[in-house]
Formats: sequence, C-alpha cells, structure tokens
Amino acid sequence: MTVDVGLTVNGVRHDLKVDSRTTLLDLLREHLGLTGTKKGCDHGQCGACTVLVDGVRKNACMNLAASLDGRGIVTIEGLGTEQALHPMQAAFIEHDGFQCGYCTPGQICSAVGMLSELKRGLPSAVTADLREAAVDMVEAEVRERMSGNICRCAAYPNIVAAILDAGKA
Amino acid sequence: MRAFTYERPVDLAAALVAIGQPGARFLAGGTNLLDLMKVEAETPQHLVDVSRLPLDQISEENGGLRIGAMVTNTALAGDSHVREHYPVLARAVLNGASAQLRNQATTGGNLLQRTRCYYFYDPSTPCNKRAPGSGCSALQGYNRIHAILGASDACIAVHPSDMAVAMMALDAEVEVEAPHSHRRIKIADFHRLPGNTPQNDTILGAGELITAVILPPPPPGGQVYRKVRDRASYDFALVSVAAVVETDGERIRSARIALGGVAHKPWRALEAERQLAGVPLSDDALAAAGETAVKGAQGHGHNDFKIPLAARTVASALAEAAKQRKA
Repeated sequence: MTVDVGLTVNGVRHDLKVDSRTTLLDLLREHLGLTGTKKGCDHGQCGACTVLVDGVRKNACMNLAASLDGRGIVTIEGLGTEQALHPMQAAFIEHDGFQCGYCTPGQICSAVGMLSELKRGLPSAVTADLREAAVDMVEAEVRERMSGNICRCAAYPNIVAAILDAGKA
Repeated sequence: MRAFTYERPVDLAAALVAIGQPGARFLAGGTNLLDLMKVEAETPQHLVDVSRLPLDQISEENGGLRIGAMVTNTALAGDSHVREHYPVLARAVLNGASAQLRNQATTGGNLLQRTRCYYFYDPSTPCNKRAPGSGCSALQGYNRIHAILGASDACIAVHPSDMAVAMMALDAEVEVEAPHSHRRIKIADFHRLPGNTPQNDTILGAGELITAVILPPPPPGGQVYRKVRDRASYDFALVSVAAVVETDGERIRSARIALGGVAHKPWRALEAERQLAGVPLSDDALAAAGETAVKGAQGHGHNDFKIPLAARTVASALAEAAKQRKA
C-alpha cells in the first residue's frame, strides 16, 4: 500500500507517495537523499537516527512516515551549514566530541532537543527534587539525558563537555 | 516488515469502527509495535493510527488524576501535579527507556507493550506467546531476565513496564472504550498471568481501546521507585519496586509494594503489605517483608539471582520510603 505524506524537512516542503512501511529514517535517507541521519540499530536502541520532530527529539527509525504527515522535521543538515555552524556543532568540534563520527549527527540533534527539555524544566531520573521547576545543567543530568545515544567509540567525556559548553550559551 | 494498510481516523468513534477490520491493530507512539513489526513478531494487516486523537490531557478528577491514553511518557513525568503528588509514578516513567522514546511513547501504549523476552522477538524460535502451542524456548534456554513469580510451564516472560508498576502501587484504573461499551478496569486485573494462554497479556477484548488511566487521590506517606538493571540508564528492570510507606515515625501505618521485572504482570505483594501494617519500623521488619514478597518464587537457572535481589530491593525501597515521611 502506498500512502501520501507531506512533510516539511529543514524548511522545505515535500509531498511524497511512499510504501506504508517506510519509516521517517528511510524516507530521509532513501527518498530525500539526506544521509546525515544515520541508521544504526533501526530499533530505537542506539539514537544514531535522532532528529527533531516539531522541535522534539525522536528516533527517526521508530516513526512511520505516514504517522508524521504534516509535521516539521529538522535533521543535522538543517541545524547549520559548514559556513554557519549551529553552536552545538561548533562545540562538538571544539571539544573533539567524536571519533568515527557515525553517532555524531544523532548526538547533536539529541543534544539540541535535550537543551530545550532542560529549559522547559523537564525532570530526569537523576533530578534530585522533582518539585523544583528548574533543573541545573550538570554532568550527571547530561549523561542521564543523553543515555539514548550510544557512542561505540566511547567519546562520552568530550561529548558531555561539548554539550555542557554549548548549553552555557 | 509485512505489508499493511494504514489509516488515521478523525475521531474516537471512527477509530473504534476501523479496528473491526481483519488483522487490525491500533498504533499510538509505535515504539514497541513498529519494533516488533520489523522483526515480524507482530504482523498486523491494518494499522489504525490513534496517535492524534484528543486523548492527550492530564486533568484533576475527584481528588485524583485522569491521564489521557495519548499523554506521552515525557508529558506525564513532567506534569507538575504528578511530580508533586505521585513522585513514584514520575520516577518510574523517568527510569524507563530513553528521552527520545519517552517523547513518543504513550500512557496507553506503555500498558500494552509486549515482553522483551528474546525468544518472543525471534520468530525462528518456539514461543507460546507469539505462536501459541509452539513451546517455550526460555524454560530450558537463557532465562536471566525472566519471571520468578506467577509463571507457568507455557511462559516465563515478564512484563517490561516501569510505569505500570508505579500505577499498580497507586491502585490506578484503566478506562477502556469499545463501540458499545465503556468500562474501568482495576490495573491489578488489567494484566494477566500467562497460564495456558500467554498470548493474552491483558484482559482487553478485541477492538477495545484504552482512553485513559485514572489515579485515585495520592496515598499518604513516602513514595519510592527503585530500579535495578544492568546499565545505569536506559535498560529494562531486572527487578524494580514501587513502595509507598506511611509511618508515624515509629510505627508503620500502611505500606504498598509493587514489583516489576519479576512476573507476567506488575506484581503486588499484598501479604507483605499486610505484614507491615501497624508494626514498629525496623530493618528486621522490612527485611522480613522482602522475604514475604518473594515467598513461593521460583527461579529457572539463570534468573535465580532475582529472588534474593527482589527481597533486598523491596526492603531497601521500603526503608527509603519510610524515611520520606512528610512532616
């Protein structure tokens, strides 16, 4: 079965006919040629495919494209350009927050979504007092909140440093 | 993934009609269903997308809380009322999955998620839950994550939810709609033990849709959710405990204990709760309650460690909850 899907990706409207089985991840990579979003596990376990859906971080592999009709997607290609990096991209370079780089687009999109969650005062499993409306951005919070993004090179110390730095801005 | 047709009904009534099609399943967040469809452990012929139905509100009701079925895990744990009055629920939700998944997974879907038994996920192996009558691969196989309470010879899988364990301790009810029926089911009755029909995780009838979870007024006392897992974050529970303890500082007035990771359903330890009511608060009393909670537990080899682990986790969670007594 084919379904009609209309999506805005990085500010550009796309109207497509796709197989109902098509995930957002496959739509981005195979239909739109946006290969910055990476396929790692394809089961929501690694976070390499993390994108922003209406500003909220999600695993692109765990969404059917059909379900996202009308939504706005931002991928790593939409965050910044080589000439004008997003502050999170700049921080990852500054702190050497990667080794092989495969998980990096997902890490960066996830970190951008995470900072938005922090600003809205959303708690995490390590937030000491759930009644506090504001959450401090400390290393333990960043590590817990980024646990959905696996880095097989284990560049975690520099990833955390980059996010803490970008979060100060 | 097997081919399927897809529709997104405009309202609840249309969704309840659409689900009558052969092989139809509701799709909400999809974080579990889509995953299972990829490995073909689930093969729906038709998906009825209910993710945009207006069931995403949290509202106060009769001193308690009404949580719409489409409220995401993130919205539930972030709700100021839940954080203030039902911290055990906020903690349980925050201890499940990853932030990305919690941003998508729904309250109704969380209750209906399937076991993470590796054999259930692998269609090349026998599994009575996936293919009734084919046998249980876990009984004689690798069963480190499996049940120690309430299992059967047909199935030793566990329910994977954290959220439901807290709801069990809070005596939540599940509101369910079908075209000509509306009912509320106590969460203790909602999930079932495997018996000879492990293919049925819950007592939901064909075509019934969860529309809300109802919480009664918050119970008195301290609330704790303690989760023991292989990783520090983002992993399923080996054992988890939701504990609510009310004391007068010296004596325990009442206690509630629910366990996750130990059975085919969130497990309420009622005998241990009764044992604690009215007794002086002491480490020995809490340790004894932990032992009572696992009375009759049976290991299957690799998961034998869960029995003492569950007993100790119950005692430890109770102690922490007792310390939280509000002035």
